Amino acid sequence: MAKTMKSVDAVMVGMGWSGSIMARELTKAGLTVVGLERGVDKSPRENFALPGIRDELKYRVRQELMLDTSIETHTLRNNPSELALPMRKWDVPPVGDGLGGAGAHWNGVTWRFSPSEFVLRSHLTERYGRNAIPAEMTIQDWGITYDDLEPHYDHFERLCGTSGKAGNLRGERIEGGNPFEGPRQNDYPNKPLIMSQAGLIFTKAAQNLGYHPFPTPASNSSSPYVNSEGLTVGQCQYCGHCEYFGCEANAKASPLVCVLPALMQDPKFELRTQAYVRELIYDKAAKKVRGVVYVDRRSGEEIEQPADMVVLCAYPFNNTLLLLTAGIGAAYDPVTGKGVVGKNYCHQTTSSVTMFVEDEINPWIGTGVSPAAIDDFQADNFDHSGLGFFGGGFISPSVSGGRPIQVRAAPPGTPRWGSAWKEATARWYNHSFPLNCHGISYAHRNNYLDLDPTYKDAIGRPLIRMTYNYFDNDYKMSAFLTEKAVGIARAANATIVGNPQPRRGNYGANNGGAAHHTGGAIMGTDPTTSALNRYLQCWEASNLFVMGGAAFPQNPGHNPTGTIGALTYWSAHAITSQYLKSPGPLVAA
Amino acid sequence: MSDDSTHDSIARRSFLKGAGAAGTAVATALSGALPAPAEAQTTPPAKEASPLPPAAEPLLTLTATEAAFLSAAYDTFIPADRLSPSGTDCGLLAFIDRQLAGAWGSGARLYRSGPFIKGTREQGYQLSLTPREFFAVGIKAANAWTRKTYGKDFDRLSAVEREAALKALDAGKAELNEVNGKQFLEMLLASAMEGFFADPIYGGNRDKVSWRMVGYPGLPATYAGKALEYRGKKIVIEPQSITDFS
Repeated sequence: MAKTMKSVDAVMVGMGWSGSIMARELTKAGLTVVGLERGVDKSPRENFALPGIRDELKYRVRQELMLDTSIETHTLRNNPSELALPMRKWDVPPVGDGLGGAGAHWNGVTWRFSPSEFVLRSHLTERYGRNAIPAEMTIQDWGITYDDLEPHYDHFERLCGTSGKAGNLRGERIEGGNPFEGPRQNDYPNKPLIMSQAGLIFTKAAQNLGYHPFPTPASNSSSPYVNSEGLTVGQCQYCGHCEYFGCEANAKASPLVCVLPALMQDPKFELRTQAYVRELIYDKAAKKVRGVVYVDRRSGEEIEQPADMVVLCAYPFNNTLLLLTAGIGAAYDPVTGKGVVGKNYCHQTTSSVTMFVEDEINPWIGTGVSPAAIDDFQADNFDHSGLGFFGGGFISPSVSGGRPIQVRAAPPGTPRWGSAWKEATARWYNHSFPLNCHGISYAHRNNYLDLDPTYKDAIGRPLIRMTYNYFDNDYKMSAFLTEKAVGIARAANATIVGNPQPRRGNYGANNGGAAHHTGGAIMGTDPTTSALNRYLQCWEASNLFVMGGAAFPQNPGHNPTGTIGALTYWSAHAITSQYLKSPGPLVAA
Repeated sequence: MSDDSTHDSIARRSFLKGAGAAGTAVATALSGALPAPAEAQTTPPAKEASPLPPAAEPLLTLTATEAAFLSAAYDTFIPADRLSPSGTDCGLLAFIDRQLAGAWGSGARLYRSGPFIKGTREQGYQLSLTPREFFAVGIKAANAWTRKTYGKDFDRLSAVEREAALKALDAGKAELNEVNGKQFLEMLLASAMEGFFADPIYGGNRDKVSWRMVGYPGLPATYAGKALEYRGKKIVIEPQSITDFS
């Protein structure tokens, strides 16, 4: 029988970016908060120290900071008629683990989504006509606008100490920034990082083609910075070990650096790690949750934590799973198109082409964030008439570390091993880099999450079953973007342009992109088409809020973290300014 | 590289005996395969090339047959030439032996609940075998295939035959009975690259030879004060590894 703890005002499930920010905002508002984290406690000083943190085999190849699939994974099939099987290791993009969540191991890329993305269905209908959107493309409006979110983007950037250059300051166009971004009230809190050689090559070539390159917004701090919590973020060392690694310089924004040191000082907050949440306690008649049940992995004990409010801050898979197992909201059915939980699971569609140049690239000097990017082919920044697809993405030179197990390109035709391979590797290691295309994943009727009927995790819960594939829109978009990248490589007078690699084939092992999984508990305007209202409050349980990528109705072409942070502040603001005064639905169903 | 076509079973056994004891044979082969002076100029002249410690050491998990197979495969992937000693001489046998004997080899982070069902290519690894077990069955099956095709175990083939056998595996043209030859080749090649390029603490990449080969400076990688100064310039830095800071 479960041991029952003393009730608290709010419980967070998951202590990454969302859980840390939400817990901080709620404790500031006077609430008692418990943060439950399945993974282990981590501190940068202890766990991310030199020299051991620069271990490519341990962190990048063996994925030390990622979720251990022996504990929990998901199953995969490419269409609803296939048998889903478990990802026994991360042959597909992985999921982070431990205190700080993905915020501990991410690269630091901190975009704001394009304004049109928040009103995607309305925008495309208005511009391209009522029948332009294919029936199976189940894209939706978010229920909020860029302007709603702008102050919260600003807040998150000041939390992270994001480095960049504004392109649109309160409507005024700023040269050298991203001309396609929505208006910003403030410039980035930190100046751009030092542009690398690859960034200079890319910038010049893109400008020659009439594009508009700018420094990619990076939460790798270009100089020491005191953030919105009064905490000090260190200076980026350009070490080339961001993604999959922790940061010893405290320069890569992370909940461990930017939020938790302040939160942990607050006596109203209690952190419990190794706390693996089994289920939500749901009172269906009252349309409220009563708390959560979790397993303390240190004792094996099952513990009930009652709470007046629950905020799901785990990865989209786990957030969706907890809703499905509790029966909160109807499960999505791809045949009827009805039901909301598990709906519109999206990934992202990436591709690349490698440039081989005579310049010394020194790929081992780098940050997790590409030095420069263009948004000319992002979102609806260009006319899609007659193209046969919607959406787009950014193109950027990717030089985020020359870690040699994984980063060493050889020109087309090079054998995979032997002396000729060694010669080519030695010749081109310091003279090559990929242009990456990072594109949208617009929802498709057959792409969704539900509960696997067979496979279970370490505490006996069903695994999430992912039904996912790329579709025509993704392939066409990817071919288009990749061709533009090839054009940039040619304009840069690359000695050799590698074989373009637009996305082809089915999603799956060795054919996925970045670890940006979204959807499953999407936000929107209507309880029949979304699981959450515009404040990320669950339509079917007014004291349950769901954060993170799970809430994205579809996945734009930019990296998600900036928007995950902004949405958390947006929701926290609604909770503290409206909900707490009169707990109940913030939007009438 | 030395051509192993003349190896007979006695030579193989004595090689392995050497590898298991003091590793004299390996160490000798290594000193003969050091980069030629012309290539060694990437190393700052101030630092004298110190003699490498013996490569070989007692094996933790590999059998003699497995070690012979892997050594032959690694030396085909990474032959001794002007850029580096052979894969074995770079320590790849020690690397894979430790990897397979440790947590990864034992499948520590593999989801191993059944039912185990043969999946689609998209569904990735679906076997109930740990990496250690997979290497064992892969080597056994590959040796059986080379015996059928060439009349000998893989490690006793000529350099030309080894290359052809690995290429057949890579092209999915080698029928390995129950084992997927392409899958085995991918795991084998990945282990070679991991061992060759990983930090030397794992036993491969001895003396940071691969890092010198490509010009990767290793640790500590703190370039805040250098990113601008180094931009676009050819920088030669004596590489440092975790051990150098420990």
